[in-house]
Amino acid sequence: MIAAVGANLPLPGQIDTGDTAWMLAATALVLLMTPALGLFYAGLVRAKNTLNTFMMCVGALGVVTVMWAVIGYSLAFDGGDGFVGGLHDAFLHGVTLAPHPGLRIPDLLFMAFEATFCIVTSALVSGAVVERMRFGPFLVFIGIWSVAVYAVLAHWVFGGGWLEAHGTLDFAGGVPVEMASGFSAFAAAIVVGARKDYGRQALLPHNAVYVLLGAGLLWFGWFGFNGGSGYSAGSSGVLAFTNTLLAPACALVAWFVLDLFRDRRVTAIGGATAIIVGCVAITPAAGYISPTWAMLLGALAVVPSYAIIVWRPRTRLDETLDVLAAHGVAGLTGILFVGFFAQLAWNGRANGLLYGHAGQLAWQAVAVLAGPAYAFAATFVILRVIGMFTPLRVTEREEAIGMDVIQHGEEAYTTGEGAILVGPEGGFEEPGRRFGERFFGPVSKSSRLLRHK
Amino acid sequence: MKLVIGIVRPEKANDVLEALYRAEIRGVSISRVQGHGGELDRVETYRGTTVKMGLAEKVRFEVAVSDSFVEATIGALCDGGRTGEVGDGKIFVVPLEQAVRIRTGETDVGAVTPVGS
Repeated sequence: MIAAVGANLPLPGQIDTGDTAWMLAATALVLLMTPALGLFYAGLVRAKNTLNTFMMCVGALGVVTVMWAVIGYSLAFDGGDGFVGGLHDAFLHGVTLAPHPGLRIPDLLFMAFEATFCIVTSALVSGAVVERMRFGPFLVFIGIWSVAVYAVLAHWVFGGGWLEAHGTLDFAGGVPVEMASGFSAFAAAIVVGARKDYGRQALLPHNAVYVLLGAGLLWFGWFGFNGGSGYSAGSSGVLAFTNTLLAPACALVAWFVLDLFRDRRVTAIGGATAIIVGCVAITPAAGYISPTWAMLLGALAVVPSYAIIVWRPRTRLDETLDVLAAHGVAGLTGILFVGFFAQLAWNGRANGLLYGHAGQLAWQAVAVLAGPAYAFAATFVILRVIGMFTPLRVTEREEAIGMDVIQHGEEAYTTGEGAILVGPEGGFEEPGRRFGERFFGPVSKSSRLLRHK
Repeated sequence: MKLVIGIVRPEKANDVLEALYRAEIRGVSISRVQGHGGELDRVETYRGTTVKMGLAEKVRFEVAVSDSFVEATIGALCDGGRTGEVGDGKIFVVPLEQAVRIRTGETDVGAVTPVGS
């Protein structure tokens, strides 16, 4: 029976419509994770910074997608050497509808699927610098970061780079996604510096419902993220999909227990964080470990992340939304876990230490040293160089007023009371414009942000 | 007995609370209000509609104090609320006819003196 089903499958080198259908859906699921992250982050900041925080994720949807198509994809996946790929796929030059080498889905779809990973990873780093970093320099930063950090690390573990060549197992991006964003956030928080009131005033999340809904949508999208990283509707995809259900559930329960011990109450934002930590931890391991070990991983991973989330606010490090704890450290835990619990019977690739292959753990350990070191150093240099040309953050006065009004000229929760119509400049609502001018005088177009009455 | 009303920038509200606390003034109510006092208008744009925000968000402090605490209250509001830019707000001091503490029925100075001081 199994042989008969296998005989009907197209060989690698032929397109399989089932695989392609699933990967199309998975790509859309992963894309949803970026606005979901925007919602998650927006809920965690103060009301006056809601739009700016969300827009950092929306910015990644634009800038990073363009950079990926122009050069990032090529540097990640176009052969090259052990460190970085080549330039043959720049501007998607060599990307066609023919099957991606070794897979049964079109090369073009493979590119789109991988693009959504690069977008959400770049957006993740914003969590370290929200509420003070200027929007323009941030866009420049993630544009460069998506190529210089994400594409390089994706090449190391997915694109035939040196870690993959030595057998490091990373199913869906523990190195280029989770550890890269977490340790880059660490560096970014150091370079940009703390918010002006950090440590002096309570800087609280303004909408925990956004945080919960954002976490739920991220989990939903993660089924595409992990479930699609087998690049087929076959067994590794199914295993990864199911593990993405189990591990975050265990992380949630474990987090509840830790919350109960610490404060005798289970917190909502803690629960949302637990979902993320569980999803992150299973990411590198999703298609490599058994469902039972996935459950253990989900529960174990919350311990180091919880400890760092409790410890970090007592330091001067304003890594504002704890990307290091939720992504960097949980990703690290997952990568190492693979080295112990990978099981050939489930993954068809390799065993971990527990099943008699100690070498696997060694190469997982190399990955948790090399990946974070590169991400931290590169991010530090990129931000320092951008900072030589333009200030990275707004002034203290602007920070106090809020990023939404200062950076975008909009507010998330405006009532419209007391707002006087002075546009639209195009004039298609002429009566309104005349009303404004008759009663309040014309307003010059030259001054943009603040005008004296 | 006076009612001291201070209208300050929302981003300075925490500083004012801290200054009041340091001046040992413990009874305070605050509310979010909108107002205009001749400061710069914010110009915002929503999908091609440009609007001038004629009313600015402010926080209104109301502090009922015995006469000896009036200067300290004004000082705390000024110190905590000042940035030096137009729009820092105003303080109004009005005479207070009567005050009653609901729990005990105490009146006037007894009612505006915090419990335990």
